[in-house]
Amino acid sequence: MAYDYEKSIRPGKLPHIWCPGCGHGIVMKGLIRAMDACGLEKKNTAIVSGIGCASRMPGYLDFNTLHTAHGRAAAFATGIKMAKPEMTVICCGGDGDGAAIGGNHFIHACRRNIDMTYVLMNNYIYGMTGGQFSSSTPTGHLASTTPYGNPDPCFDLAKLAIGAGATFVARTTAFHANQIDKLIAEGIKHKGMAIIEVLDDCPTTYGRRNKFRSVVDMMKRLKEIAVPVTAAAKMTPEQLEGKTLTGVLHKEDRPEYCENYAKIIARVQGA
Amino acid sequence: MAKKIALLQGNEACAQGALYAGCNFFGGYPITPSTEIAEVMAGELPKIGGKFIQMEDEIGAIASIIGASLAGSKVLTASSGPGISLKQELIGYACIAEVPCVIINVMRGGPSTGMPTGPGQSDVMQARWGTHGDHAAIALCPASCQEIFTETVRAFNLAEKYRMPVQVLYDEIVGHMRERIVFPEPGELEVIDRPAPSVPPEKYKPFDTSFGDVPPLAAYGSDYRFHVTGLNKAEDGFPTTKAELVDAEERRQIRKVECPEARADIESNEEYLIDDAEVVVLAYGSTSRSARYAVNELREQGIKAGMFRPITLWPFPEKRVAQIGEQVKAIVVPEMNLGQMIFEVERVVKNSCKLAGVHRVDGDPLTPSQIIDQVKEVL
Ligand SMILES: Cc1ncc(C[n+]2csc(CCOP(=O)(O)OP(=O)(O)O)c2C)c(N)n1
Ligand code: SF4
Ligand SMILES: [Mg+2]
Repeated sequence: MAYDYEKSIRPGKLPHIWCPGCGHGIVMKGLIRAMDACGLEKKNTAIVSGIGCASRMPGYLDFNTLHTAHGRAAAFATGIKMAKPEMTVICCGGDGDGAAIGGNHFIHACRRNIDMTYVLMNNYIYGMTGGQFSSSTPTGHLASTTPYGNPDPCFDLAKLAIGAGATFVARTTAFHANQIDKLIAEGIKHKGMAIIEVLDDCPTTYGRRNKFRSVVDMMKRLKEIAVPVTAAAKMTPEQLEGKTLTGVLHKEDRPEYCENYAKIIARVQGA
Repeated sequence: MAKKIALLQGNEACAQGALYAGCNFFGGYPITPSTEIAEVMAGELPKIGGKFIQMEDEIGAIASIIGASLAGSKVLTASSGPGISLKQELIGYACIAEVPCVIINVMRGGPSTGMPTGPGQSDVMQARWGTHGDHAAIALCPASCQEIFTETVRAFNLAEKYRMPVQVLYDEIVGHMRERIVFPEPGELEVIDRPAPSVPPEKYKPFDTSFGDVPPLAAYGSDYRFHVTGLNKAEDGFPTTKAELVDAEERRQIRKVECPEARADIESNEEYLIDDAEVVVLAYGSTSRSARYAVNELREQGIKAGMFRPITLWPFPEKRVAQIGEQVKAIVVPEMNLGQMIFEVERVVKNSCKLAGVHRVDGDPLTPSQIIDQVKEVL
């Protein structure tokens, strides 16, 4: 029997705003399956986003949902989680939202290792505003504000998250739909900050400017550049040229922020 | 039983007032001259099982308290000029999403970094207009340490009752001054918590106006499940661009504060020797302390002076100030800025009396003699 997504979707809220071929819908389905697999209770789950096409996701999901301001999802989510550590808190949003305007909140949430799962949809572009370059647009690529090619170097978002202290960091792509839910579920189960970067496609504002004639071309590219970490170990640097590692890139155990704070409360109250 | 008495700094009194009001979440970022509030909250909140977090910046700080408030906490942040400038973005968010929160602004001079350790009253208009878009504002301005305590309690009450951000403004002088505080007993001051929804979860709409202009707010993690956005929204909380819904929503959010009943509830003024006054000094915050001294001095010299002190700066006490304008020959407005509230007074009194300002922005307080001189000049 086909998987029932409807039970997690808010009645009457579809159709969504995303363009045909946009990868954000694939990620949403993955997120729904992951939350289901983890047995999350709707009333004890909060889904928080910023602003952008990707950030419209929570509105469709039948949970506690918070559509905040551009870049601020991690900071709002931190408040919810601190106030009610018993809740499961999930952030979702785009590359521009999470890593450019929201970069400061993002790295500090990683550093604190607060128990949240952040699904970061990296479509290499500011989609919602019509395709300006973001902090993850590759150098040389075309965007509406880089008509001569992007002069900026770009972030490796997973590396950024690892460097900032996230204790679970994974990456996959919108092509690898069957991996998205598994990695998100692993992130939800992980105690601490879990970042799941999903390389995503925006055919409307990124694809058409960068010689991906169709959605299929974009998906093929995502398929081609992805190399599972396990396979990469056996590959030469030449073979890895232009590729992106996928799967669980980093996992460690480190004290979680709210648990640490709970210990402070216990100590102060015991004294 | 003898009441608890202490010698407290204004900022400490603020933190104590917040705790009295039931504050259980503080998100902050250090800045002079407000930092002591964060320091007291960091020490006190864990004792009562509350939460303190120092965020990465002031935007993060206000974001964290809005998140915590939606999860049911009573929340506070505190800052000063530069930090309040950063918070403006999400003050607007708390307005449109109607999230109770209290923001303390211990004012210093400016703009930009200005004079971090000098007092100022230059954020009066920022408190009214400081975020983009039409919105209502509530701002309270205590003038003593005791009043900082009680006005902080009142700020929480108004935030919870009207479901919106409420700012408390005082300047560095009152923030860092030490005065005797008499702690109210528990129950002595009214403490208001946001009304809980009365409908079952499946009927709940976060902006349901059938309960009046202030819809009840549920909490994340309770049996109620809801959506919140910074977009213009309909009663169910979901974005809308329907002209009539947007219009109704925008107007309601202002009406809930500015309708006569709400104004009567929110406004608070002190009147001193006004009944027979020919000249009134309209002063707020620490400047009112010099103003009171000046009024006494003027009376001794035979000049019929009085003082009007708005404790609620916003909404501005329009009606009463207009009446005073009809009664007196002149109103003098001393401010530790180059003229802000005086424009509001001018708007309200029109040409019914003479109007003059006394301004000081060099980091020293306005003195009674400066006010006295101006009163004599204008009469
Ligand atoms: C403070 C602020 N600055 C700018 C914008 C305009 N804006 C809206 S969405 C967006 C970019 C979103 O890009 P991304 O997060 O990558 O999401 P995508 O649309 O690509 O899914 C921008 C710049 C805004 N809403 N708020
Ligand atoms: S503009 Fe791009 S990111 Fe936005 S919905 Fe369309 S395809 Fe998706
Ligand atoms: Mg993007």
